[in-house]
Amino acid sequence: MIVEETYDCRDSFADELVRLAHADSRIVAVCNDSVGSSKLGAFAKEFPDRLVNVGIAEQDMVGVGAGLANAGLVPFVCGAATFLTARALEQIKADVAYSLANVKLCGMSPGLSYGALGPTHHSTEDLSWLRAIADLPVVVPADPAQTRAAIRWAAGTDGPVFLRIGRFPVPDVSPPGDDPAFTYGRASRLREGEDATIVATGTMVSRALLAASLLAERGVSARVVNVSTVSPLDREEIAAAARQTRAVVTAEEAVPTGGLGAAVAEVVLATRPVPMRLLGPRTFAPTGDPEFLLEHFELTADGIARSALEVLGLDHS
Amino acid sequence: MAHADRDTAAAALAALAGDIRRTVISTIAGAGLGHTGGDLSVTDILTTLYGAVLRIDPARPGWPDRDRLILSKGHCSVALYTTLTTCGYFPAERLRAFAAPMSPLNGHPSRRAVPGVETSTGPLGHGLPVGVGVAVGLRLRGSPARTVVVLGDGELQEGSNWEAAMTAAHRGLASLTAVVDRNGLQQGARTSDTNGLEPLADKWRAFGWEAVEVDGHDHLALLDALTAPRGDRPRCVIARTVKGRGVSFMEDRVEWHHKVPDAEQARLALEELR
Repeated sequence: MIVEETYDCRDSFADELVRLAHADSRIVAVCNDSVGSSKLGAFAKEFPDRLVNVGIAEQDMVGVGAGLANAGLVPFVCGAATFLTARALEQIKADVAYSLANVKLCGMSPGLSYGALGPTHHSTEDLSWLRAIADLPVVVPADPAQTRAAIRWAAGTDGPVFLRIGRFPVPDVSPPGDDPAFTYGRASRLREGEDATIVATGTMVSRALLAASLLAERGVSARVVNVSTVSPLDREEIAAAARQTRAVVTAEEAVPTGGLGAAVAEVVLATRPVPMRLLGPRTFAPTGDPEFLLEHFELTADGIARSALEVLGLDHS
Repeated sequence: MAHADRDTAAAALAALAGDIRRTVISTIAGAGLGHTGGDLSVTDILTTLYGAVLRIDPARPGWPDRDRLILSKGHCSVALYTTLTTCGYFPAERLRAFAAPMSPLNGHPSRRAVPGVETSTGPLGHGLPVGVGVAVGLRLRGSPARTVVVLGDGELQEGSNWEAAMTAAHRGLASLTAVVDRNGLQQGARTSDTNGLEPLADKWRAFGWEAVEVDGHDHLALLDALTAPRGDRPRCVIARTVKGRGVSFMEDRVEWHHKVPDAEQARLALEELR
């Protein structure tokens, strides 16, 4: 068995941010006492004057980010995804999105990645909340290459964005030679298939690819679509899945009734309704490490494959 | 400033404030919407800032080195819009469309739609954190521009202000000024009967700010407080004001927080403000 190498996308984020900051003196970082967990150590060392650590004060952090943008800088506002989005949601709405401030919100360690620290630290609602805010792109890179490309895109584009930077180790999923690995607003079809489509984001993309392999062994041809821009959604790619395959399964490390699952369902309904399964946590998580919690919520290759068979009406015993 | 110059400045600002108050009344009465009491309490603060303090160029609202004014108490948008028209950001005729369908002039100021508005406000407790970010950013860029945040007193009950107050002091933001429109009333009652703020100046000092208290309807006192030489700390100017200032039947009356004058009340108010 080949053990794939996996990566913490925060490292790619941190590395790319430092690289960009060398080239563009407008880039600054803002954080909430999260220099370590936001992986800003190298940035702090290289650009001590360009790191604004406001301490444990997320509302202040996001407002300060909007102010820095007003002053002509390009702030990357970094904090654990749950505290950044839950505590400062109104600042994200009013100061950043409604004000069209050039702020890059970086939600670190999202989903279930804080494991046994518990539901207070899990960020599973963020996709639902942020997807409801107009003019706020929601970007979820699935691997290191996508993370780097998304950061570069964000730095070079005027306007607000939320970047969900994963902590749970993931393998490379971007096809070699796919350059750029991330294109804003475009989903990428990582595997062709005719029977069902698995639409996944972030941590779940590599698991969706494994699920498709499992399904192939059962004679089921599953398409895999990586949605790295959750909002605005690539409606064409989802509509194609609804037209061309007989079922759609979505998988995300987030509450699916407001997150990717709901977004995809809206397009499927408007195109050609096919049976769907929306995978993701719908309850507060029990105690356990991230891997255990992903299993608990069926966010595994097996869980995804099982859902695909179910939704296709095939025996999965 | 020489005495004669001060007298001239005071007269000019008083005339400007009178114009703004009258326009506030007719705009709110015409639209059937607005926060009359707070607009009238903040008028002299905005008049002094835009009339005599801020380095701005209304022809270039995006000028990188402009001074920034953030109206954190965004519900007093009519006073802000009116003041912006007196500076020339946009024509005064546009005020007639305040709150009308598709008008850029919303009940709360939007950065998207209104030149001169630095950040969209409305939810309370948002202005000071943004002002802190502006001041940090301008300093990083080596800009001499100043940042002024105008706050309501009631909104100081929002904790985000005090997060920002700590950051401002910690970073020694001497180019940042907070002006508190201390009219003593919030939407439902007196601040002292709701969640008391006193001793307010001491609170700011305890957070590491310079704090001064002035008569918020005395333009020269405001001017002095806003232009006094600065040390290495942010400054808070607590401007003691009267909600509904200038209209006898509105002054210090809680119901005028967002009550709209009817035609007769508007007529009486305009007469008093003549």
